[in-house]
Amino acid sequence: MRVFVESVGILAPGLAGWAASRAVLAGTAPYRASALQLPSLDVLPAVERRRTGLPVKLAIAVGQDALVGSARSGAELPTVFTSSGGDGEIIQEICVTLAGTERQVSPTRFHNSVHNAPSGYWGIAMQSRAPSTSLCAFDWSFTAGLIEAATQASVAADAVLMIAYDLPYPEPLRGVHPVSAPFGAALLLTRDRDSRSIAGLELVVNRDRSRTSRHDDAGLESLRRGNSSARGLPLLAALARQRPDDVVLEYVAGNMIDVAVSPC
Amino acid sequence: MQRLFFSRMAIASSAGIGLEASLDALRERRSGLAPCRFETAELETCVGQIPDERLAPVRADLAAFDCRNNRIAQLCLRQDGFENAVIESRERHGAGRIGVFLGTSTSGILSTELAYRRRDPASGALPPDFRYAGTQNSFSLAGFVQSYFALTGPAVAVSTACSSSAKVFGNAARMIAAGLCDAALVGGVDSLCLTTLYGFGSLGLLSASPCRPFDAERDGISIGEGAGFVLLEKSDAHAPPDAVRLLGIGESGDAYHMSSPHPDGLGARLAMERALKDAGTTPQAIDYINLHGTGTRSNDATEDKAVFALFGGDAPCSSTKGWTGHALGACGAIGAIISALAIERGFLPGSVNTRTIDPSMKARYLLENRPARANLVMSNAFGFGGTNCSLVLGRAGG
Repeated sequence: MRVFVESVGILAPGLAGWAASRAVLAGTAPYRASALQLPSLDVLPAVERRRTGLPVKLAIAVGQDALVGSARSGAELPTVFTSSGGDGEIIQEICVTLAGTERQVSPTRFHNSVHNAPSGYWGIAMQSRAPSTSLCAFDWSFTAGLIEAATQASVAADAVLMIAYDLPYPEPLRGVHPVSAPFGAALLLTRDRDSRSIAGLELVVNRDRSRTSRHDDAGLESLRRGNSSARGLPLLAALARQRPDDVVLEYVAGNMIDVAVSPC
Repeated sequence: MQRLFFSRMAIASSAGIGLEASLDALRERRSGLAPCRFETAELETCVGQIPDERLAPVRADLAAFDCRNNRIAQLCLRQDGFENAVIESRERHGAGRIGVFLGTSTSGILSTELAYRRRDPASGALPPDFRYAGTQNSFSLAGFVQSYFALTGPAVAVSTACSSSAKVFGNAARMIAAGLCDAALVGGVDSLCLTTLYGFGSLGLLSASPCRPFDAERDGISIGEGAGFVLLEKSDAHAPPDAVRLLGIGESGDAYHMSSPHPDGLGARLAMERALKDAGTTPQAIDYINLHGTGTRSNDATEDKAVFALFGGDAPCSSTKGWTGHALGACGAIGAIISALAIERGFLPGSVNTRTIDPSMKARYLLENRPARANLVMSNAFGFGGTNCSLVLGRAGG
């Protein structure tokens, strides 16, 4: 399956947007894991903005970061959201409430508890009625999102925006679903190569590979291991280096995905 | 896109376990809804609950996946010859060539709710026997089903609230068209839990009586649980001539509000228009619409507007939520299977519990069951976040 990357978004500790992170990801500047500052979410009306949690803010912000490098409108692009765990803060709050005697669940928390909350707020923010899906494939959520977005770009749409995000769960959920640091990544994929394309991707499912791509830098490798969405970091690094590369990502049921990256 | 056919389907809900039991319930107008006695819930509402005694623990080798949601999945997989059909398909295509695309909104969150009651009083830690990945995580269902059949192809959970298990038909059609798999196991499972009961309660959306879609006095939903699975295969020489086919899918967003539909049903209409376009057909050709029809004031009113705007008052339509309750993440698959049965058996279901159709509704809403040849049928599923999905199913020769 062959698609093209038009633009990239990234937000994580020490990786404040694609433009500011390319040198770090390419290995020409050092990685320093400073605290992640999310940009203000002024695309959402104030009343909606107040209702959103960090996962929604991170997902929308990283999607916007990818739009910066594209001439496309967020109103028209189909989207694929993917996350291993959604909003742990809300799950925690609802489960604590339900374990108590007064089961007063907050209506806003409840409607924000759906896995597609970022997709819903993205639609409101962008005034987009384009198709949007919200996926989960546990630790393989980034790869599953990438494959779905590439599939859509191949057979269903000219261009698709994929947004992967995961944030640390609060205790005690953190103990059963450990996510070490917040991480968001976005890839705008297109069917055809055009003047804005930065790389071509050739994706192949491969059961024979045994080793996923890793980072030499200990900080980036720790980020990659600690967050399901960050399992896509080696692909983003290959895009930042702008050199031909083969990236191997782990996928469901013991599969690996070979991603051959060829800069445009 | 690649045309697919329903090679096998299976269903389980409070209205019936298996296709024949479900058809009997539809024909005899026997609703599965009853006053809520679920777990420790103290709410004046009705639910569509599958009896606990029908929910056996999951197969021993898959114990890490044991939770109410996967028990319902297993119950459904064992109906209607579905298990054997998947095994035969696996032998034909290979384990790596069958995709698993399943929708759920609750997943096994009930297990987490129960674990929170057993937190360590000193440390607050969850009990050591709580298994997050196999229960609460949204992928649990897809992982369970993939493991159940030892399949190794693409797999993913779609979790877009109440449109989840309609949208998976699109995942399957795209993946097969792109050559990533040759067949797909699609569907959805949702299970009763306190999160959805108290959550919908907090929004004031639970009816005290069995839900009455499109009724003048409708006052909310009845939450249900259930499962629906469909084995989709390519429409080739292997397909029986009268097989039900997946002809079109339309997806859209409302861009309006997280829990209220667009007041004019704009997103719903777009999804239906896109599904018709994908199927290469017209509103006039649709013989029946299985509505989302949850029974809330606003959901039914906006869906009616969207249906009337597109179909006029001609296309017979109904909601079957009065039988099953609103099975949330499973309702898309259950609706698609009931729609397929309408085609296969020449039978348009009416609506139970609904007594007087809201006089402001303009669509041609069916109260009574009706025998009729249906060649082309639409099935709607809409959800929180303004997510909409419509499917068009049809008879091969239709």
